[in-house]
Amino acid sequence: MSTKPIVVALVGNPNTGKSTLFNALSGLRQHVGNYPGVTVELKKGTFQFAGRTVELIDLPGTYSLAPRSLDEAVAVDLLLGRLENEAAPDVVLSIVDASNLDRQLYLTTQVMELGIPVVLAVNMLDVAAKQGLAIDLGILAERTGLSVVPIQANRGIGLDDLRKALVAAPGSKAPSPPAMPADVDSAAAELVVGIVPAIPGFLSRRLLFDIGGSTESWFLATHGDRHRPAIDAARERLKAAGLAVPGVEAKARYGFIRPITAAAVRKPERRPTTWTDRFDRALTHKLWGTLIFLILMFGVFASIFWLAEPPKGWIEAGIETISSWIESQLSVGPLRSLLVDGLIAGVGGVLVFLPQILILFLFIAILEDCGYMARAAFLMDKLMSRCGLSGKSFIPLLSSVACAVPGIMATRVIENRWDRLATILVAPLMSCSARLPVYTLMIGLFLPAEQYGVFARAAVLFAMYMIGFVAAPVVALLLRKTLLRGGRSMLIMELPGMKVPSAKTVIIRVFDAGWAFVKRAGTIILASMVLIWASLYFPSSDADGANYEARIAEHLEKDEKGEARKLKAEWKRQSYLGRLGQWMEPVFRPLGWDWRLGMATLASFPAREVIVGTMTMLYEVEEGDDDEQTTGALTDAIRDDWNAGPRSREAVPIALSVMVFFALCCQCASTLAVIRRETKSWRWPIFTFFYMTGLAYLAALAVYQIGRLFVGD
Amino acid sequence: MTLAELKPGQSARIAALDGDPAVVQRLYEFGLYEGEAVECLGFAPLGDPLEIRIGNTRLSLRKVEAAAVALEVPPSPTAG
Repeated sequence: MSTKPIVVALVGNPNTGKSTLFNALSGLRQHVGNYPGVTVELKKGTFQFAGRTVELIDLPGTYSLAPRSLDEAVAVDLLLGRLENEAAPDVVLSIVDASNLDRQLYLTTQVMELGIPVVLAVNMLDVAAKQGLAIDLGILAERTGLSVVPIQANRGIGLDDLRKALVAAPGSKAPSPPAMPADVDSAAAELVVGIVPAIPGFLSRRLLFDIGGSTESWFLATHGDRHRPAIDAARERLKAAGLAVPGVEAKARYGFIRPITAAAVRKPERRPTTWTDRFDRALTHKLWGTLIFLILMFGVFASIFWLAEPPKGWIEAGIETISSWIESQLSVGPLRSLLVDGLIAGVGGVLVFLPQILILFLFIAILEDCGYMARAAFLMDKLMSRCGLSGKSFIPLLSSVACAVPGIMATRVIENRWDRLATILVAPLMSCSARLPVYTLMIGLFLPAEQYGVFARAAVLFAMYMIGFVAAPVVALLLRKTLLRGGRSMLIMELPGMKVPSAKTVIIRVFDAGWAFVKRAGTIILASMVLIWASLYFPSSDADGANYEARIAEHLEKDEKGEARKLKAEWKRQSYLGRLGQWMEPVFRPLGWDWRLGMATLASFPAREVIVGTMTMLYEVEEGDDDEQTTGALTDAIRDDWNAGPRSREAVPIALSVMVFFALCCQCASTLAVIRRETKSWRWPIFTFFYMTGLAYLAALAVYQIGRLFVGD
Repeated sequence: MTLAELKPGQSARIAALDGDPAVVQRLYEFGLYEGEAVECLGFAPLGDPLEIRIGNTRLSLRKVEAAAVALEVPPSPTAG
């Protein structure tokens, strides 16, 4: 017996408990598989059984193997062994929901055509029983010829039987799929005669069946548009013979499935009304549904701020402790400055937002897993379609409030490619969690609570979020009317039964999101902070060659704080970054920014959170004021500086101009990278970068110039 | 008549599917197949999309897509 692992592909409709089964089988031994040339990441997990290693690949949930969306195309390529570095799987594990066999076996019959042994896992028999359905699995196994295993994925029942069936399956006979009419098979085969390398029979049938589908576009792009007339002619011939596509495929499959389920499934006379039916009536109700939707959305946002406060405080305290410890261990010099001002201030300032991100993802994961997101898409579709998007764009846009990266990846479920592209291009306009530090800093700086009150501060924050909610649909509409014209969008979507979310699925989701954020802080933000620190630290001596740090220390020893501060400002001004900033000041001036704000903004282009650390370095906080928190001290330092200046009356318009700029600008290398990955082209990330930067500049300009009129001279 | 014209609470059998091939294919995959009974459950707040039940599945689709589904008349009222 070979020791090579058995490769099993897990296939199933969305909402059949597929992820739950995947997590239950592979536990925490999971990793994300990357495939060269494709953008979709597939989860892989492994388990041992009876001395064999089984490698499980979790394919995206799909209703059919007729590829129309990106997810589906990758699933088909993987199953056919057409992905680079990835052989075809040894076994396909097809999971179906017992209460919906009629429909779900449709995908199974497609899987049966691949020529690979298929194991059929029938999940949620308990749910089916509650609906009065009785299923004879013996008949199901006999008539389909598949190895059938009953499971209850959420409670871990039947998993060992399933593992046994999977290990036994390789090498067994491939199933016999429902037969297509002979004319269909020969027409499909004719389409690919002489094509090198040979096209598998499965794909040639997809080429025939899927009018305007992924297989057709791929085939015509690879082998030339000259094949189009042959495809059209074949479809016409079949239509004349009473075998029109796509109906002929459905007829063959349901013709196979119906007699089997008629024999194997006993249904009650009348469908009993379940609790999810009643619940659902409220969730999709015109009035109650809308109300519940608004309350939920409000709750999510409110809790981001309220629930995250205490853990945020702990992280801040932890960072404070570390930086004072380093300050006590090291003497004044570049190393200490790099560690304390560059790394800890920069990276720590970002990690503080981890609790908020975890909470946001927790809510999104719960709403997704319990089935609510489909209801939200249903409620929002009409509004979204007026903006040239679809209800399915709602989930990616909502996720983008946490972070645009997973939001953009969530667009893969959108079938229409122009809908999907428009959603990708506007997702970065939603106010993501990385903008929050900027808003918090600016509001704290220029709208002190004593002067403006808590309400005005909250209103400003709310307005910043609204900018995204308003700008995204407006820009989407403009794009759909100009650059992205075309393609009729489609919304045919299942409203899955509401269920109690699985703790394991939710925890894994939240953990993945948190880890991605920490990794980002440890790489791109860390690197930016080191660069910014260096360009602010050097040159570190004045025109006479005297070291600034030493001179400042001398003044501090003599307790001449004012002198020390003046010297520090001079040092920053003549640093490399300072010189660049003063040279570029004319660009920032119309927005009301001085060179420091301009530089802090410019330095934040790789990752917008960087502004917090840069501002800390630019308006360096007095050393020795250790009893105060860093952010508090930073706020005071900047406010002192501003109030002393001649332009102190313009503080509010300037702060608003900075915030609006950050709300609209695409200062995030990760987002641009993910747009590049998802659109497979440099064109769209470049476009996004320029349109957002331009929009941000104009909006900030307008805010400052109009705001100035109100405060007078 | 088509599925788009069905009123909440009414159900009818599907007579034929005809329209944009991509839409028709998707509808087949979701179990809308000649001879099946389909029930209208209601409409979204702005009157579109609609929610239907087919077999044991609740589906949401837009009126333009529902118009591809021709129904046998007359529709029968159903309770529950």
